[in-house]
Amino acid sequence: MTDEVEALLRSLAPEVLAAIIRRQGDFDTSEDAVQEALVAGAAQWPRDGVPANPRGWLITVASRRQIELWRSEAARRRREESVSRAEGSPVASGTDKETFGPDADDTLSLFVLCCHPALTPTSQVALTLRAVGGLTTAEIARALLVPESTVAQRISRAKQRIRESGGRFLLPTRAERPARLAAVLHVLYLIFNEGYAASSGERLVRVELTAEAIRLARQLHAALPADGEAAGLLALMLLTDARRRARVSPAGDLIPLAEQDRGLWDRAAIAEGLALVTKALSDAPVGPYQLQAAIAAIHDQAPRAEDTDWREILGLYELLERVAPGPMVALNRIVAVAMVEGPRVALARLALAERDPALVDHHRLEAVRAHLLEMAGDTDAARDAYARAARRTLSIPERRFLENRAERLAGAKT
Amino acid sequence: MKYLILIYHNPDSRKIWNSFTDEQRAEGLHAYAVLNEQLAASGELIAAEALDEPSTAKHVTLDEGRTIATDGPFAEAKEHLAGFYLLDTETMDRAVEIAGQIPEAVLGMIEVRPILTYAGLEM
Repeated sequence: MTDEVEALLRSLAPEVLAAIIRRQGDFDTSEDAVQEALVAGAAQWPRDGVPANPRGWLITVASRRQIELWRSEAARRRREESVSRAEGSPVASGTDKETFGPDADDTLSLFVLCCHPALTPTSQVALTLRAVGGLTTAEIARALLVPESTVAQRISRAKQRIRESGGRFLLPTRAERPARLAAVLHVLYLIFNEGYAASSGERLVRVELTAEAIRLARQLHAALPADGEAAGLLALMLLTDARRRARVSPAGDLIPLAEQDRGLWDRAAIAEGLALVTKALSDAPVGPYQLQAAIAAIHDQAPRAEDTDWREILGLYELLERVAPGPMVALNRIVAVAMVEGPRVALARLALAERDPALVDHHRLEAVRAHLLEMAGDTDAARDAYARAARRTLSIPERRFLENRAERLAGAKT
Repeated sequence: MKYLILIYHNPDSRKIWNSFTDEQRAEGLHAYAVLNEQLAASGELIAAEALDEPSTAKHVTLDEGRTIATDGPFAEAKEHLAGFYLLDTETMDRAVEIAGQIPEAVLGMIEVRPILTYAGLEM
């Protein structure tokens, strides 16, 4: 019951917030008011039953709460300031419900506002989880492993910055659209990675961030069904998360892709991700999330590690490096080169690639070198590279993994 | 990423502080207040505290299951930990930039240490 109520509340959060912002125009107090309405619903509904019109109930409670907020001293001060920024008011005067599109556009407007370019990525993440995801400050703090006060500061500061820079609750114009949408996709990707990376050896109770990221990506995809990258990101998340149960041992050790028990992979998630990315690639212009999803799909489709179509993966990485170059892409492409053309060719490519200043200090550089040297049978050099790689990562599970590899090679030699 | 900024003092830095006029001291404390305010506002500050003199510290040992706390004696330490900032910043560069705004940075007494995480990606 409580889980159902929570899921219902969270799914209604963006719609209710959009409705309040449309009426009152003030993102800041609207967001606070909706958050309190959600908390009230979470307390009352499991006890008294879900109201006949849950959305209407939340809007009524939030509106009432917003009026109280305005009456409070803090809000009075905020309204005084607002006189000087009337131009930057989130909703232009005279607009009403009809000028905005259906709910899908509301959700998109909210995503875009939360990922405003004036905010840092960490603030965009916190605000998106709160305003679109409907998570409480305490839940976000637990998920991101920072104190509640830090999250509260980030959110209030983010709302203030949006206000100062005249952020509006509107769909982006055609010209703004690619950049604003890219920011939204990046934030969802960060949320997903935060959760996915944390699933190894994590001893603290955390909100399921990967599930939340997938839920939000679904909402975004529903709002933009024709956007290939929104579909690609959702597919990438599903195809990656499908391997979750196989990627960590019961002891909390990382298990590399080649050694995972593929029977533990989530077939339903793979099928869904595969269908999404296949459709996106055939209908929409190609983009980095679609390409990464396509690479994940090839891994997920191989019954055994040795069945992996590395030639196809290499082709996709070459394409990815052209549309979205970066150190991780360069390193992953070199690993694919090793699988197709052999480790010696890959080591030569690595020697060239590491002249790039972006790669010199990259923590994964030595790990890739170690892997290639091990493939090439150069045990001593591989062991040293694994040991160097272990020192460079700040992740305890990754360090343990790399140290184990180094030890294993030391054992193999004697 | 989380970073710990460690602020060290030594007898020389203590002498320099003691030689300051009231205005100079107020200026130093003001710099801290401004920095703390900025970091709280940016959402990067997790915690920041100043530590009491090492002479007030307790030395703790476990002896046959019994916890024993003793005052010193401590070896005449050249440097001691005087305070810290625990931050959550985008990058190491940003943490270093913040460290540079701490008044003791002039004396070269600041250290920035990355915090290890339990998060790990597929290798």
